[in-house]
Amino acid sequence: MAAVQDGGSELEGEKEPKPELMNDGSTAPAAAPSSRPEDQQTLLAVLQFLKRNKLIESVDALRREAGLADEPEEAPGSEAAGGAGGAAAGSGELGDAGALLSRVSGGSQSAAAPAPAKGGDDQPDVSVVLSAYSQQGDPSLYQVYYSGLKKFIESVLDCHRAELSQLFYPLFVHMYLELVYNNHESEAKSFFEKFNGDQECYYQDDLRVLSGLTKKEHMKGNETLLDFRTSRFVLRISRDSYQLLKRHLQERQNNQIWNIIQEHLYIDIFDGMPRSKSQIDSMSGSLAGEAKREDNKTKVYYGLLKEPEIEVPLDDEDEEAENEEGKPKKKKPKKDSMGSKSKKQDPNAPQQNRIPLPELKDSDKLDKIMYMKEATKRIRLGPESLPSICFYTFLNAYQGLTAVDFTDDSSLLAGGFADSTVRVWSVTPKKLRKVKSAADLGMIDKESDDVLERIMDEKTASECKILYGHSGPVYGVSFSPDRNYLLSSSEDGTIRLWSLQTFTCLVAYKGHNYPVWDTQFSPYGYYFVSGGHDRVARLWATDHYQPLRMFAGHLADITCTRFHPNSNYVATGSADRTIRLWDVLNGHCVRVLTGHKGPIHTLAFSPNGKYLASGSTDGRVLLWDIGHGLMIGELKGHTDTIYALRFSRDGEILASGSMDNTVRLWDAIRAFDDVETDDFTAATGHVHLPDNSQELLLGTYLSKSTPVIHLHFTRRNLLLSAGAYNSQ
Amino acid sequence: MTEAREERRFAEVPRESIKLMAESAGVELGDDVAAMLAEDVCYRLREATQNSSQFMRHAKRRKLTVEDFNRALRWSNTETICGYGAQDALPFRPLKEGELFFVEDREVNLVELALATNIPKGCAETMVRVHVSYLDGKGNLEPQGTVPSAVQSLSDDLLKYYQQITRAILGEDPHLMKVALLDLQSNSKIAALLPYFVYVISGVKSVSHDLDQLNRLLHMVKSLVQNPYLYLGSYVRSLVSSVMYCILEPLAASINPLNDHWTLRDYAALLLSHIFWTHGDLVSGLYHQILLSLQKVLSDPVRPLCSHYGAVVGLHALGWKAVERVLYPHLPAYWANLQAVLDDYSVSNAQVKADGHKVYGAILVAVERLLKMKDVSLTGAAEGSAAALQNSAGGVIGFRESSPGLSPPPEPLSEPPLGIASHLQAGGAGCQWEEWTPVSLPAMYCELYSFFGDSLAVRFSTGPALGGAPSATPIQSSDSRKEPGNGTANLESTRKMPQLTANMNISPRQDGSPRTEPAPPSLAATASGRSLARSSSSSSSVTRSRSSSSRPGRSASQSRDIFPKTRFTPPQAGPPAFSFLIGGRQMGRRCQGRRFQTSFTPTPLLTSLPPRAYAHKLPVIGRVSKPVRRWTCSHYSLYLPL
Repeated sequence: MAAVQDGGSELEGEKEPKPELMNDGSTAPAAAPSSRPEDQQTLLAVLQFLKRNKLIESVDALRREAGLADEPEEAPGSEAAGGAGGAAAGSGELGDAGALLSRVSGGSQSAAAPAPAKGGDDQPDVSVVLSAYSQQGDPSLYQVYYSGLKKFIESVLDCHRAELSQLFYPLFVHMYLELVYNNHESEAKSFFEKFNGDQECYYQDDLRVLSGLTKKEHMKGNETLLDFRTSRFVLRISRDSYQLLKRHLQERQNNQIWNIIQEHLYIDIFDGMPRSKSQIDSMSGSLAGEAKREDNKTKVYYGLLKEPEIEVPLDDEDEEAENEEGKPKKKKPKKDSMGSKSKKQDPNAPQQNRIPLPELKDSDKLDKIMYMKEATKRIRLGPESLPSICFYTFLNAYQGLTAVDFTDDSSLLAGGFADSTVRVWSVTPKKLRKVKSAADLGMIDKESDDVLERIMDEKTASECKILYGHSGPVYGVSFSPDRNYLLSSSEDGTIRLWSLQTFTCLVAYKGHNYPVWDTQFSPYGYYFVSGGHDRVARLWATDHYQPLRMFAGHLADITCTRFHPNSNYVATGSADRTIRLWDVLNGHCVRVLTGHKGPIHTLAFSPNGKYLASGSTDGRVLLWDIGHGLMIGELKGHTDTIYALRFSRDGEILASGSMDNTVRLWDAIRAFDDVETDDFTAATGHVHLPDNSQELLLGTYLSKSTPVIHLHFTRRNLLLSAGAYNSQ
Repeated sequence: MTEAREERRFAEVPRESIKLMAESAGVELGDDVAAMLAEDVCYRLREATQNSSQFMRHAKRRKLTVEDFNRALRWSNTETICGYGAQDALPFRPLKEGELFFVEDREVNLVELALATNIPKGCAETMVRVHVSYLDGKGNLEPQGTVPSAVQSLSDDLLKYYQQITRAILGEDPHLMKVALLDLQSNSKIAALLPYFVYVISGVKSVSHDLDQLNRLLHMVKSLVQNPYLYLGSYVRSLVSSVMYCILEPLAASINPLNDHWTLRDYAALLLSHIFWTHGDLVSGLYHQILLSLQKVLSDPVRPLCSHYGAVVGLHALGWKAVERVLYPHLPAYWANLQAVLDDYSVSNAQVKADGHKVYGAILVAVERLLKMKDVSLTGAAEGSAAALQNSAGGVIGFRESSPGLSPPPEPLSEPPLGIASHLQAGGAGCQWEEWTPVSLPAMYCELYSFFGDSLAVRFSTGPALGGAPSATPIQSSDSRKEPGNGTANLESTRKMPQLTANMNISPRQDGSPRTEPAPPSLAATASGRSLARSSSSSSSVTRSRSSSSRPGRSASQSRDIFPKTRFTPPQAGPPAFSFLIGGRQMGRRCQGRRFQTSFTPTPLLTSLPPRAYAHKLPVIGRVSKPVRRWTCSHYSLYLPL
């Protein structure tokens, strides 16, 4: 198998051409000799699956296509044979095929197989997956093997020890699972007891799940285990350390461990200095190890799109004001505000028409003009001039506030609640009004100048509108940039599009069959992204009831989604403790960012599109350089889950809001400046993180017993935060 | 060994429980089956719990709820658990005998629940409130980490109700006002609005020029006090303070004698007693604080007569004990000053004198009842019959009905007046409780008789015979008004009115009557200008005042002298001893004869009083150029609702 692969030879061109495709071994050229029987086995598994789901026609079609004459009953037999015979390579591939199947069933968007209930009756697939564990070793020797390796690693030079220590966790888990799978319950327990203390503390959550699992039957349907099995745990080890390990294992004839390494781990070997413990720790922690270097090699066009040129008509009053100030000043700010940046094309920006974007309407242009006007009045923030903070407290929210969003111009506020409602408030004195009914609309003079005003029904004016429609807690809300629509995602598996003109539901997008944790509109409108419990992020267009793209690859729930400012990329954070960046154009995963030690609950792009900030349950904010795919900062300070992150309008300040009832402000400019991204770091991906959280922290601001769940900078850089007052 | 450690890691369902449950379902389980099942159940429970935690995380909570767990179950195609969704904590109780643990499950009476009037928590509308927490990232405008003040903000309905009610009460339409007041009296859901109403009522200070508004506000107080669903709590102080304001302050409205502020004071006094008797227990020391402030006003000669009047009716309203305790000891000192006012027949003094008569009448009523009640209480005590007390109590004055027991709450006298309503505070700050020893009834009578003469005697002797207080009071009050004016005139109105014959004799002219005598405009201003300095001043003033009295209303320069005490001449009629004493006192005072006067004081109080017990600083009232037409109206004030 090619699981172990030299760093120099870039054989594996894994680019996940299709979202449905996992890191399966089909791309491994070294497995060529055995590829034919493998394919056959995969086919058999598929056939078996189809048959079980009573898709007779599909079975026939597939059999005809594959030219298979065998009885399908053979499939289990061959499985068993594969398992018993210790055909490691074969069963490994079979496992991945199973993974594929389980993916398909989870994704439910495959043309071949309509979705069965996930995790329900997919027993054959799981058994296929797990059969990889069926090779028998002496169960009593497992502890010996493991402690032998432990002794070896502890005896090697310090520089290698840290790297090789990475092996402990994946080996431990796989050996434990093997024991459990082969019904060696007591051995498994004692193995766990003996060695679980050695594991890194940030794996505690997974270990807790693991420790509860002592029976083979329990392994079926346990998603965490499936993840572990279907994805190779990725380790980055220097060549020297790897050679050391290899020599040791060969000398000791320790085939058990060697097999596991070959089958279940992916060792990414690099040349050069071994990494230090802190370097390793900062990058590890995700469910499936670190990101492979290849994952982050693709070029990302992180630059901003050119703004359409809009003549800013200077209002009379403005002109007067400026005249009063004095004439020499008049010209200067105008030129500045028009923006030299909009004239030049950013070299890192994607082509303007890389993805089709909706055309600007007149109202959009007006809004842009408003934006520019506001922008000229913006306060420049910095360590010396911190923003004022306004707190929007939700009172009497006994039903549970789960999501909040502000419009870009800070005029509307939406709250998603656990009682399935979405409530929209007007933050300004302007009340919310519905459009008149169709009959009344017919009576309006359509030629009149104030027709837009006339279509509104004054009688419906109120501060707050409640939108009913979901049948489960609303976990995500997002306003469209033009403030005409609102999206909400809910536990009921749907995303709903609401009109803010009529305050009714327009569309319910069905596709996620499980809770949808988050959704967000593209900064240019029209597109939106959603992600949920089914581990697939979907890209939608408002006028399509089916998704345009599906981004699959996360190993656990997608907890948050965010559009890149140029709308060409989508970032997703997941409970598998990784962040992925997806290309909207082709659906590829272009970045995998690891380093968080807990589920990621919030993401924020810097306004220039160059950086990404992420916050997780471990209370840390990590900063990422998107261009290089590198972690460039770690902000420690919060003591609880971070639910909100936001950069100020000019990107000088990063605000983070947390369950610990605080808002913290960080010096973003300094955080990005302090990092020297030389070529070596960029090439190897080894980061040295300065431990300067305390210097970057500009302020900690307590709310009034209110968890902060949303942050928003107004166009003039006033910081708005929102949360529900918690009386307990 | 591992088994034991494993069990410590997780909560386990013991196989016995599984067996029990199986038995209850009618299935017999073997040990090994039960063990397997128990293990599986534990695992499934753990799995469901782990799955449920993600719902908690996404709901941005720290607390795992039953609902979260049910969602996890639902998504794993398992039946959900019903009956545990309540917001309240579920008490988990052990049962010792059976080593059983269970969730307490009380029976709920649905009918009771449905008809319950208490509004459940959480029905308030969800709303968003914004506040600037940090300005420029620096200044903490409010202390950190506190509870937002607006947590219990009013619902829209309540706010509307508040607006409607206040508008109706303070508005022009009397009918609307009545409806609003009635509703305020009986509405059970306005507890949240109480502070707002109390705040409105505290606005009495800003409308002291408008008797009508003051009246309306007092009615509002009455409605609130009468509402059985309201717990006034510490708001009692605020209400009392507002009412006291109406009783005691020289309201701007009283500048114009046409305004019948007397009625307002009477009504406020009644209200005060009502509040005190019904809600006095809510605030400790309230009684003494009220007494102290009344006493302070009474003993402050700088205060205008209308304030004194208020103090007297206030004391009267608080019961005869209050009168005995405060008014009676102060009477000798006060009497001198009052008498001086009453004896000034100058035109300029007419208005003040009219006010003085009001005070006189009020004191007389109060004192009479004091004597009667004391008598009744003594005899009642002797007979031990509560019925007698009840009878007489009902007979004397309507007010007594609202005051079931006349004895004040047993509070230590030494209790210092604690800061509450500013008014009370101000009242209590200056004066301490004087030594007070109960005076026997005859002694008291003698003392009082020395002041009031026969008018008192008549009342006292005929009191029990009279049908009721209402008939008695008007007579008395009209007496008090008229007798100094012309004795012959008041004889026609009353049966036997020879009292204060001394006065009759001394006042040869008719100018005392306000009906005939318009007060010169210049008088009052000058009067208030010179105060005690003048009173204790040289004899030249005496002569002047004398001359002024002899030619009433003749010249402005003469009318400057405010309190011409010289007017009083030794009485020729009535019980000689008493009339002499009074005269002697007055004379003595004027000619520095205080020592002479003191010899007649029954209580040691007067000796302790400063020589100038009455500063003759009269208010700016009485500056009217036309005759008082409201005279007939104002005399009703005394027996209005008291």
